[in-house]
Amino acid sequence: MTWVLANLGLIWARTLDHVVLSLPPILLCFVIAVPLGWLARRYRVSRGIILTGAGLLYAVPSLPLIFVLPAVIGTSLLSPLNVIIALTLYGIALMVRVVSDGLDSVDADVRQSASAMGYSTWSRFWQVELPLAGPVLLAGMRVVAVSTVSLVTVGAVIGVQSLGSLFTDGFQRGIQAEIVAGLVATVALALLFDGALVLAGRMLMPWTRRVTTAKPSVPVEVSAA
Amino acid sequence: MIEFHSVSKRFPDGTLAVADFSLVLPSHQTTVLVGSSGSGKTTLLRMINRMVDPTSGSIEIDGEDIATLPPVKLRRGIGYVMQNSGLLPHRTVVDNVATVPLLRGTPKRQARQDALALLDTVGLDRSLATRYPSQLSGGQQQRVGVARGLAVNPNILLMDEPFGAVDPIVRAELQQELVRLQDELDKTVVFVTHDIEEAFLLGDQIVILREGGLIAQVGSPAELLANPADDFVASFVGADRGRRALHLERHGDEDVVVDSDGRLAGVLDPSRRPAAPAGPESAR
Repeated sequence: MTWVLANLGLIWARTLDHVVLSLPPILLCFVIAVPLGWLARRYRVSRGIILTGAGLLYAVPSLPLIFVLPAVIGTSLLSPLNVIIALTLYGIALMVRVVSDGLDSVDADVRQSASAMGYSTWSRFWQVELPLAGPVLLAGMRVVAVSTVSLVTVGAVIGVQSLGSLFTDGFQRGIQAEIVAGLVATVALALLFDGALVLAGRMLMPWTRRVTTAKPSVPVEVSAA
Repeated sequence: MIEFHSVSKRFPDGTLAVADFSLVLPSHQTTVLVGSSGSGKTTLLRMINRMVDPTSGSIEIDGEDIATLPPVKLRRGIGYVMQNSGLLPHRTVVDNVATVPLLRGTPKRQARQDALALLDTVGLDRSLATRYPSQLSGGQQQRVGVARGLAVNPNILLMDEPFGAVDPIVRAELQQELVRLQDELDKTVVFVTHDIEEAFLLGDQIVILREGGLIAQVGSPAELLANPADDFVASFVGADRGRRALHLERHGDEDVVVDSDGRLAGVLDPSRRPAAPAGPESAR
């Protein structure tokens, strides 16, 4: 505990490093997985290729991937970009299947009626299918967020600083409190991200909250919003 | 007016859903397509808004070949009500009703105001406007579906077994409501059902379909009852089962109407007895 109190500044700095490393992969993988997942669902050929590819990608161990990436994309060995790109790839590997399954989960009746209303394929995707796949996407993103936060620590082994550096440093110098602090802070950060996603989901998908608590029969005002 | 000219539809799996179908659906009338499953009735309905395109033949709306119209634009001008309402689960009732006007670019405020007025039209309380579809009963959902179908004030309203999934009491209510609405609004309604009673209640023109989209007979309810073209039609309208072959019997001092199985069907309403020789209506 004394170590923690004496090093609050360090823990905070590593926490910020950790956030900076984990946020981009989480956001990027979502943005990239949505079109890929759509493509996987759209054509039978692309489905096989994309889903198998994603599965294989996920099977690549993280440490070798982070070592190999610089050679493949020409970044320096110590660049944080390696970690960000590697984790984005893992996120994509997971989310592509989730997106494809999520889109599959949309009720065929709803999809058909949306077309009958006069939604174009494009607007139907963005305004009907994607939002309705939301709960499934959210579940996937929660897994991605937590696993990304935890995987960022691996970067410490190659010298990219994060909360993982507290493990490596603690091991090398035999400071147990530092290891525990890194562990606790990582878990706390993961929980924070998870909570933020749940909250965002509630705000973005109000229809999934069953508001069965009897709504008072107040006449609705027309809002210009 | 909607015209089918020798329309056929063969699906990719080889099923011939509709074969050489020709029919005129007059404006401001309700045409009911009746048939059991496999009769192609839903396929025919969906051809009108190009959810399904015919393999051969053409369909015209007011003389215009719909194959030349972009499907999305066509659909935004035609009301569509389906079974299980097909409401968007992630939109509130008022936004569901306003869906098509919003797609057509009506300002949001205006679209919502119109939508609220439409809730009145279909007999829904405005307090339901901010609910989500899952918070409504089946009957209420269907009413929202009808309101949505009417939202752009379309000339044509397509209804695909809209009352098929609600309980009989609510169904009867919704049917009466539709009769009332149609009196008021005077749309060209195309209604698909497998329920001949519903067809008789709602239809000005009834099309009885055989398997494969073949027309068994077209006519008013009275014509179908009085002169069924063949045994298939007779059986479909129930004439052969004796349920509609009624006769009078004298029980004590009362005249009662009895069907050919001997079941009591009702009494004659003295206030509505025709003075002149019976018109076709009395067959109902």
